[in-house]
Amino acid sequence: MTVLPYLVAGWLLVVGLWGVITSRQLVHQVVCLTVVQSSTYVLLLAVGYRTGGYAPIVSSSVPPSSPFVDPIVQALALTDVVVEATVVAVLLALTVQAHKRFGTADPDRLGELSG
Amino acid sequence: MRVRRRSAIALLALAALAAAVAWAATELTPFGTPSGPADAVVRTLVHERHAANTVNGVTYDLRGLDTLGEELILFVAALGSAVLLRHGRGERDAGERAEARPSGRTADALRAAGAALVGPLVVLGVYVVVHGHLSPGGGFQGGVILAAGLLLVYAAGQVAMLERVEPRALVEVAEASGALAFALVAIGGLVFAGAALANFLPFGTTGNLLSAGTIPVLSVAVGVEVTGAVALILTELLDQTLLAGSA
Repeated sequence: MTVLPYLVAGWLLVVGLWGVITSRQLVHQVVCLTVVQSSTYVLLLAVGYRTGGYAPIVSSSVPPSSPFVDPIVQALALTDVVVEATVVAVLLALTVQAHKRFGTADPDRLGELSG
Repeated sequence: MRVRRRSAIALLALAALAAAVAWAATELTPFGTPSGPADAVVRTLVHERHAANTVNGVTYDLRGLDTLGEELILFVAALGSAVLLRHGRGERDAGERAEARPSGRTADALRAAGAALVGPLVVLGVYVVVHGHLSPGGGFQGGVILAAGLLLVYAAGQVAMLERVEPRALVEVAEASGALAFALVAIGGLVFAGAALANFLPFGTTGNLLSAGTIPVLSVAVGVEVTGAVALILTELLDQTLLAGSA
């Protein structure tokens, strides 16, 4: 199966989005968003993987002129993780404030008390 | 009713999305045979930049400018969540917060294990930060480990201690100075080598601790910044727990 890793990424994307749409709790919704984002890690790492390739960290034990796994996508995955962490931090801060203001963490009931 | 209708629409849309993704997957390069110039990138980084860990070579050299932006995202996000959470906290001071958590709740085993692990964890964090150009790790990863060390102090139930080892001002200064150091190295490249983030330090021997030019310097700058940012986010969120507990 040469497409299986890509399908795993697609599955994570769809399942995460389903969670975001149907979630009844803001913290749960943020966690679902991280599932959506983790699909991008799987996709990035799958795109750069090479069968039989070495990890792109060169040392004396790696034979010269051996094939390597793509380091660029791994660096991109690192960027991705950092961005996800920041997004989660801000969203959780917003969740705390929303809970304080409305007394509920159910996204469907957030606006009810304001009017 | 509204929820059920929304679920039905979502099911339809997600089914369409899943079909599109599955179709797109068949058009991608087959798994295990990447089309990118991976080997050329690895050899360039090892021979011209003397970075053994080429992932960090990409992060801090080839994509250095992107990493500057990424670091500023982290900086702004930490600041943003701090501003959001501090809003409306009122005039409570550190002493009150420290007293808010009943100290008897933490189990002795957790206290002992937490206290024993703080030292090794900080050493590990520093090691991961400064060896970013040689082995797996780097500023981002090591910074998170260092911040986790601070969280361990909290887990050990010593909030008053946390205020001592991790004064709020110091965390903020660490975050800002890490970001500033990265920007200064970027400008240094502009001044000494003609382009922003261009390498202007001697490369040394591949595999030595002091090698790879600006890469370890940037790694340390990022490490300081990430430690500050993550610690800031964690303490602000922990403060909320403490406030909720005392209310």
